[in-house]
Amino acid sequence: MTAVRFDVRSARRAGAAAFWALLLRDLRVVTKERGRFLIRTVSQPLLLVFVFTYVLPSIGRDFGGFDGEGSFTDILVPGVLAIAILIKGIQAVALPLVQEFGYTREIEDRVMSPLPVWAVATEKIVAGAGQGLLAAAIVAPIVALVPAEPLQIQISWPALVAVLVLAPILSSALGLVLGTYVEPDNVPMMFSVVILPVTFLGATYFPWSELGDIRWLQIAILANPLVYIAEGFRFALTPQFPHMPPAAILAAMLAFTAGTSWLGIRGFRRRVLS
Amino acid sequence: MTHAGPVEPDAPAHPGEDDAVTTKRLSKTYAGGFAAVDGVDLAVRRGEIFGLLGPNGAGKTTTIGMLTTRVVPTGGSAVVNGVDVVAAPARAKQQIGVVPQTNTLDRSLSVWENLYFHGRYFGMGAAEARERADTLLDRFHLAEKARQRTDTLSGGMAQRLMVARALLHQPAVLFLDEPTTGLDPQSRIALWDLLHAFHAEGQTILLTTHYMEEADHLCERVAVMDAGRILALGPPAELKASVDADGVVRVSAEGDLPDLAARLADVDGVGHVDTDEAEVRVWASDAAALLPALMSAAGGSRARVTGVRVSEPTLESVFIALTGRELRE
Ligand SMILES: Nc1ncnc2c1ncn2[C@@H]1O[C@H](COP(=O)(O)OP(=O)(O)OP(=O)(O)O)[C@@H](O)[C@H]1O
Ligand SMILES: [Mg+2]
Repeated sequence: MTAVRFDVRSARRAGAAAFWALLLRDLRVVTKERGRFLIRTVSQPLLLVFVFTYVLPSIGRDFGGFDGEGSFTDILVPGVLAIAILIKGIQAVALPLVQEFGYTREIEDRVMSPLPVWAVATEKIVAGAGQGLLAAAIVAPIVALVPAEPLQIQISWPALVAVLVLAPILSSALGLVLGTYVEPDNVPMMFSVVILPVTFLGATYFPWSELGDIRWLQIAILANPLVYIAEGFRFALTPQFPHMPPAAILAAMLAFTAGTSWLGIRGFRRRVLS
Repeated sequence: MTHAGPVEPDAPAHPGEDDAVTTKRLSKTYAGGFAAVDGVDLAVRRGEIFGLLGPNGAGKTTTIGMLTTRVVPTGGSAVVNGVDVVAAPARAKQQIGVVPQTNTLDRSLSVWENLYFHGRYFGMGAAEARERADTLLDRFHLAEKARQRTDTLSGGMAQRLMVARALLHQPAVLFLDEPTTGLDPQSRIALWDLLHAFHAEGQTILLTTHYMEEADHLCERVAVMDAGRILALGPPAELKASVDADGVVRVSAEGDLPDLAARLADVDGVGHVDTDEAEVRVWASDAAALLPALMSAAGGSRARVTGVRVSEPTLESVFIALTGRELRE
């Protein structure tokens, strides 16, 4: 009896050690590829901010804020942070996994580590979320410094912390879903069919509540998880603009996080076990 | 993290289970109803090198997959080092080292890091993992490749690294799925030598192969597998004796080999004949005694005989005796 209980405890300890080692491995890979990591993280947000909040305002072609208030810069900043985290979830989890399940079977050794398969998948989510948070930290100074006009930001810290915890996990879990269901040949399709629509229609370039005149679109994009990340940042950083009710944002983010995690772990198990 | 470690439900303990690997009626029927493995009973003893010998599609990889937690059996049971692989896969993984049929090295890591992180996955501290990685790189003659990327390794080196990785955490059982398929003869012999050395130190090894030379040379006991079933099991020498396997007469020839083969097949006492570009192989229970009859039959053929060799029964003959087919395609 005691022997069995000890066995369970030692299995738990072995699982925890393996989980930690998997994180160390992913950290090592990120450190190794830090140059590429930086470029892939920075390029899209920097271009967005540069063109829309520096170039256009400087040549007098600013879109302006909404209802005559604030500037487009203040609208865009939450959206850019949201995009940076979402894209990182896909870069950090989906793209490597598509490779590892497709052409190479290099996930094999990690799957054979002494922990349950669902825990290996969970590690992928955690490591991806860590990278998402890092991406946000890298992009933050860019959105603060590049725009031609000063930002009008009123940070609500509890909301910001909540978004910074949930958004990376949600994005990384979404990466796990894509990584386990998409075949290597379909990666270009994934960009056209999933990633572009999600980023363009994610309440990133406009507050969701301003869409009242295009009601069908306003309703349709409720299925887009990026909407809640962008609206969450909007509420946390620029509450002077219209935004969804915070309770709705929080509930939707929690629901999407739970749903994508469940789906992603299920997909991972299916790819690994037969 | 230490408190939130993943765990799985209690698995039944298996007291008195002394073999390293035991399977009872182990079966896998894939979706669609195809029975890839069909009621396999195995018992691999501790310290043994055990071989699963069978042609393509025999179910070798599926069997290894079930024993290493990757394929979920649809029937029967499998216990590895006292752990039920279905009930407690995470704990089973602690007992085993696995070399799959394809290259699964971690391409984001260097050669040395592949070993180091593997050690960390299995709970070693940094210092211990470092030391084990160094030791095994030396032992597998890969020390000067330590810092390189894994995709710069030759096929033989990559395979050695995979074996080194699988042995790094000193598993109770080492599983190798067709470890030398695709290797050149020199790399194959180098790998055999390494496996022999670890076996001599007490390592239990279960490997699959479709090279009868490999099973013969390396394995203490062999299970002959075909179409998901074990047809015969025992030490190579016993297998050859027990099935009354045939010896082989290899007739090298030029010209119309199919004609030669047809004439040789007609000789009384010949069991089975097959041909490739350069020779006709004739299986017969008393091969040497048939030589005169074979040669006179060959005389009337449109092919010109250039050489004749008689060899003892091999595991290939055992396979043919059991299935009426050849091991290779
Ligand atoms: N995931 C799967 N779904 C359906 N059938 C499968 C699957 N994996 C293997 N099979 C079938 O099961 C049979 C046994 O395959 P397995 O890979 O175990 O054979 P093997 O002895 O390892 O062959 P090889 O020498 O070619 O590696 C084959 O007919 C194969 O087509
Ligand atoms: Mg196979």
